Amino acid sequence: RGHGPYQPHEPGYGLDQPGYNPYEDEVPDPQTRMLAIKNAKAYLLKTSTKSGLNLYDHFANILTKVLDEQPTNTVDIIENISKDVKWAQFRKKMDTLRDEPLISPTFEAAEKCKALFVKEFGDEHEGVEEEMGQPTLPNVMEAAFYFEQAGIGLNKDESYYIFLALKNLINVQPIQTCRFWGKILGLEMNYIIAEVQLREGEGEEEEETGEEGEGTTAEGEKETGEAGEDEEKEAEPPKSTYKPPPPIPKEPNGTGTNKYVYFVCNGPGKPWVKLPPVTPAQIVCARKIKKFFTGWLDAPIVSFPPFPGNEANYLRAQIARISAGTHVSPTGFYQFAEEEEEEEGGADTYEENPEFEPPPVAEMVESLATWAHHVKGILKQGRCVWINPVQKSEENEEEDDEEEEEEEEEEQQEERGPPLLTLISEDEGMKDIPAWSTQASTNLIPEYSVAILQSNRWPGAYAFASGGKFENIYFGWGHKYSPESYTPELPPPAEAEFPSGPEITETVDHTVEEEMAFKIAQEEALAEAEEEEDEEGEDD
Amino acid sequence: MEALSLPAALELVAGGGAGLSPERRAALAVSLPLVQRDYRFERVWFWGCIQGVRGAYYIAEGLGPDRAAPRSRLYSLNCVDWSLLTPATKEMLALAEEVKGRFQGDPSFEYNLAEINSEAAARLVEGGKEPVMKEEARLIATIEQIDRAVGIVPRGAFVKTPLGSVHENRHFEGLSLVEAKKLSSYFHFTDPVNLKNKTLLEKADLDPSTDFLDSLEHDIPRGSWSMQLEKGGTVVVLRSLLWLGLTFYHVPMTKQFGYVYFGTGEKNLDLPFML
Repeated sequence: RGHGPYQPHEPGYGLDQPGYNPYEDEVPDPQTRMLAIKNAKAYLLKTSTKSGLNLYDHFANILTKVLDEQPTNTVDIIENISKDVKWAQFRKKMDTLRDEPLISPTFEAAEKCKALFVKEFGDEHEGVEEEMGQPTLPNVMEAAFYFEQAGIGLNKDESYYIFLALKNLINVQPIQTCRFWGKILGLEMNYIIAEVQLREGEGEEEEETGEEGEGTTAEGEKETGEAGEDEEKEAEPPKSTYKPPPPIPKEPNGTGTNKYVYFVCNGPGKPWVKLPPVTPAQIVCARKIKKFFTGWLDAPIVSFPPFPGNEANYLRAQIARISAGTHVSPTGFYQFAEEEEEEEGGADTYEENPEFEPPPVAEMVESLATWAHHVKGILKQGRCVWINPVQKSEENEEEDDEEEEEEEEEEQQEERGPPLLTLISEDEGMKDIPAWSTQASTNLIPEYSVAILQSNRWPGAYAFASGGKFENIYFGWGHKYSPESYTPELPPPAEAEFPSGPEITETVDHTVEEEMAFKIAQEEALAEAEEEEDEEGEDD
Repeated sequence: MEALSLPAALELVAGGGAGLSPERRAALAVSLPLVQRDYRFERVWFWGCIQGVRGAYYIAEGLGPDRAAPRSRLYSLNCVDWSLLTPATKEMLALAEEVKGRFQGDPSFEYNLAEINSEAAARLVEGGKEPVMKEEARLIATIEQIDRAVGIVPRGAFVKTPLGSVHENRHFEGLSLVEAKKLSSYFHFTDPVNLKNKTLLEKADLDPSTDFLDSLEHDIPRGSWSMQLEKGGTVVVLRSLLWLGLTFYHVPMTKQFGYVYFGTGEKNLDLPFML
């Protein structure tokens, strides 16, 4: 097409260019023509990438064959001759190693996600019979829409996969209510968490197996202690009579920190795993450590103080803390059940208030008193309802004559936390940062804006309210915010030794000679005293 | 991240839960091209959002012909009106290290240095200035620190010409899947610090046009990057653990990459305890 001296064969082409006008008498420059021939030949020699042949050789072979064989009507069968020549050129592929198509993990993951979209046939039948009462599948997409107005949330595809995954969860497990709690990020994988309430009676089978067996090990220690005192056949050092303080029992399923059961999965399409219930010891320890989640539920947590459990327990403890700290609802949405008369820490149950009138969004943004916690706060003990460990140990005691221990245990102050449904305006801030930040989703269109609440104590916890709808969610790494840097707990101070006094100070034992000398001296003194007496007696 | 590819990019980094509302996205799509026109930038990057207690700062960066030159930064409170920030100075950086805690959300807020660090306050007073630090200066310093510490690009995305200026590499077609999983394929997009410490053997393997920056392999502490394959392995997402909130994404075998910061603007000094 003009570049290079190859001259296209269109008639009249290039007539206007100097040197190519057929009416010119000058002989055209032989150099360019040679170059053109060379270019043409080079083009013909170009090797095809598919078959490894090139046109030049192919033509040469065809002409050779034609001239050798001299068939009749060559021009009619020229295509067949060309094909024959090509077939004759066929070389077996010597290279048996082929690149396997890369089975990228993309395809496997896509398979799993596709499984989410399959509608099981059983669903249609279950939809017709409504015996047990349909478990309420949360409208994840609706909540996602409201959160998106504030710029919070996952992208729509992921939200939809989570929606479908929750539906699968409901089909598999006996669930009464279900909610998308949020997503916690980890180093290698993330966790998607669903907060559910199991149907009555379903969750209790797991109680015994799920426990760490803390109660049983305490009893086991007591037994070995008694056995050791009885079987003193060999001279063993005296066994320590120290019995660790009994572990604070966890709250029963369905109340307090264990009110909800949590299921986690690493991603939509992956299987849901149930998290074990949380114990107060785990919460107390979780408050003292700060670790990233790796994404593997069975990963050990290496920390000081040593965390009683693995990552699944730590995750559950953090979820409990976040729920207790940041789950809020508009004031008045929930009210206490009417029979509430207990004083031990307030009612545990609440119900929706049918006469709730949502305040306008502007008011919800301005005043924090329009929001209230609907999850009980966790006390220092690690439970929502305080329990006196001393009383508990009395029940576990089997021998009555070990009164020393009861005296040594300290009297613990009963802890009272804020009652349920406290307004969040009472939450303390840290230094000069308030505990909550509010904003409206948009200032330009106030009539459709949504009130958004962000927690400053747990960065990543959000809540929205609009009209009568509200929702809480968490997206983050799962750690509390602290204005100061984290300092790990120091090891406990070394135990004090028994004070040394004269009664336990070792003195050197007297040697035999010394004792003999002392005895002789004593006898002499005695003998002298007798002689004196005798002398006195003789004087008479 | 590139302002033009903002919607697609935001979808890819949304795994962390942070993003922009539709109102802000629409505002950015409108205001960033205007910023490019007014300040005559060649490229405009949406850097991210620093969340303060009472408001948020949205940050954009503008690049000139040399992509490695110091970038101009602009901030906005509503994604519509942008104000230019002055370049960071060493004193600002030093002072910002002292100030801890959340941003307030008000650019004219002043941190009272006398409470925080009396020495620095004394020095300022001697210099004839008041012992305060404005939030705007802290903002400038924080953005500079974040960019220096964790602003990353894939290897091969930028080339250095023999004259020293840096351009985008038009032949960059993306990292392969294998390469994308290695930390060594990502570079810090700032002046290199460790490059000259490499042994001669290592330097012999480097290509001076593409390997002119520090890679992430030798970041201290080890493991301060979390790498995940999201969306079934189609997107590589790197999250920094030192500055929580910085997310980098790259779709292997394509030209799409970028990083954005959605966070509180505080360094995670507890990182060694948390790993």
